[in-house]
Amino acid sequence: MPKEVTDVICPFCGTLCDDLIVSVSDDNKTILGVKNACAIGAEKFNHQRQPGRVKRPRMRQADGSYKEITYDEAIDWTAKMLVKSRKTLMYGWASTSCQAMSIGHEIAEKCGAIVDNCATVCHGSSLIAIEDVGVPSCTLGEVKNRADRVVFWGCNPAHAHPRHMSRYSIFPRGFFTVKGHKGRKIYCVDCRYTDTAKCADEFIQVQQGFDYELLNAFRTAARGEALPDTVGGVPKEKIYEIVEDLKQARFGIIFFGMGLTHTMGRNHNIDIAINLTRDMNDFTKFAIMAMRGHWNVTGSGQVLGWQYGFPYAVDVSRRDQARHQTGETTSVDLLNRNEVEACFYIATDPGAHFPVDAMISSSRKPTVTIDPHINCTTEISDIHIPVALVGVEVGGCAYRMDNVPIETRKVVDPPEGVLTDEELLTRINKRVDELMAKGGA
Amino acid sequence: MAEKKITLNMITCRTIQQGVGMEAGKTSQKYFDACTVMHMHPEDMKKLGIWKNTNVKVTSSVGSVIVKAVETREDLVPGLAHIPMGPWANRIVPAYTFSTGEPCFKGFPVDVEIAANARIMGAVEVLQDACGLIRK
Repeated sequence: MPKEVTDVICPFCGTLCDDLIVSVSDDNKTILGVKNACAIGAEKFNHQRQPGRVKRPRMRQADGSYKEITYDEAIDWTAKMLVKSRKTLMYGWASTSCQAMSIGHEIAEKCGAIVDNCATVCHGSSLIAIEDVGVPSCTLGEVKNRADRVVFWGCNPAHAHPRHMSRYSIFPRGFFTVKGHKGRKIYCVDCRYTDTAKCADEFIQVQQGFDYELLNAFRTAARGEALPDTVGGVPKEKIYEIVEDLKQARFGIIFFGMGLTHTMGRNHNIDIAINLTRDMNDFTKFAIMAMRGHWNVTGSGQVLGWQYGFPYAVDVSRRDQARHQTGETTSVDLLNRNEVEACFYIATDPGAHFPVDAMISSSRKPTVTIDPHINCTTEISDIHIPVALVGVEVGGCAYRMDNVPIETRKVVDPPEGVLTDEELLTRINKRVDELMAKGGA
Repeated sequence: MAEKKITLNMITCRTIQQGVGMEAGKTSQKYFDACTVMHMHPEDMKKLGIWKNTNVKVTSSVGSVIVKAVETREDLVPGLAHIPMGPWANRIVPAYTFSTGEPCFKGFPVDVEIAANARIMGAVEVLQDACGLIRK
């Protein structure tokens, strides 16, 4: 009889849906089906049973092919690489648990490394702005129960956070939002008519790259000052009308995404969006939230934050104190300038998501990739160490996009003999200790 | 009159198909199908003189890549093009970060030419090729 595991936490995006139901085979080895998940989340679980999964570490040979090695050999090679390198880039962490991260940071401190997470190419700009001006935010529960004006600015949850709209932002009925969708007014600001825009009451088409100007115009309109005829392709009458409506909100929320963080202006776009939120609080209650994408990237920011004081791109290679300087200790810049001696990637795929110039630089350095599956990065690495899928085959703590920690669940057993991130990092840490006691690699 | 080469403003974003493909596996057909496309406005296709589903060569300041030009259900304005994020899109994303750590994933100029008979590389191949790891 297959059994059902309820209240499973989805390990894909920052929404961390916590109502999945997964049916599992009797022997606890195979996932048979998933209920309640979005298309991407369901694929994440269904992928577990696909054949051809790598179950032992692999090492690249001189001819470009890979040969299977034991975990001990892989751990030894990795520890030697870390001890030998004076400056290692330890990038990733977004698909693993907070427990694994803290072990990783211990290794980074010992070996002298830079710890960076996916925020560096994602919401890094937002974090710079938040460090600069603070952030008036809230939890997703407050959005569900209170928000009656919702603005999606440069984000497309219909594609990137598929259940965000039905669980929190558009459709659900909450304590003070008993009418659900009908009681909310939804705005979408984007340079293209996205699927999210199709769910909105009003779509505001901004010219690509003119978000700063438009946000500035919103602030100007909120203060009742004069505007030019159009700003970023939007007529001034429209801007005044929207701002007046936002002032009527009982509780307003701005969700923003890569449309602001990746375009020209970067952190300044977020900076002014936060300032607009602050201005709106003169009239009503308003909050703003980053649509964090990669599952536990918020958790990595939290763990780094409480250990070192910075949410990403933390340089502990000087071993006296932690340093953080965007443009200097951020992964892409380090790789562009060829500043690191080795690369250690865990729980992410920079090969697919970093600009190619950065990856060309990375491919010329000793590289270890820790990932459950074969991906672009594993195929340019010296060593690929497979691990159990966090959130599917092993539990652990993860943070939702609104900084709420959630303990994730184990649903099935990992394949025979495959280590978890925590076990693997603990063993690498131990091997590093042994090597350092002997005086180096 | 169709032109040989047109310049467009490129953005790279997530699509749900790309997300599903990514979870199905980076070497899967789903991922390949989702990420090797360039969403274009029909007017731009007319300007370039192509039908939809024609392969094109997209060149930016850092490199070029072959993808398939398609129409999109998420409307673009003429002059704006979109390749879903992935190793193909990142072959042309400028790595310069303006000291913010963030490369220019959205809003960089690209030239688009017809390359109807050119082959689209696989996910691993497109990266290994750039890194010089493919032995000929």
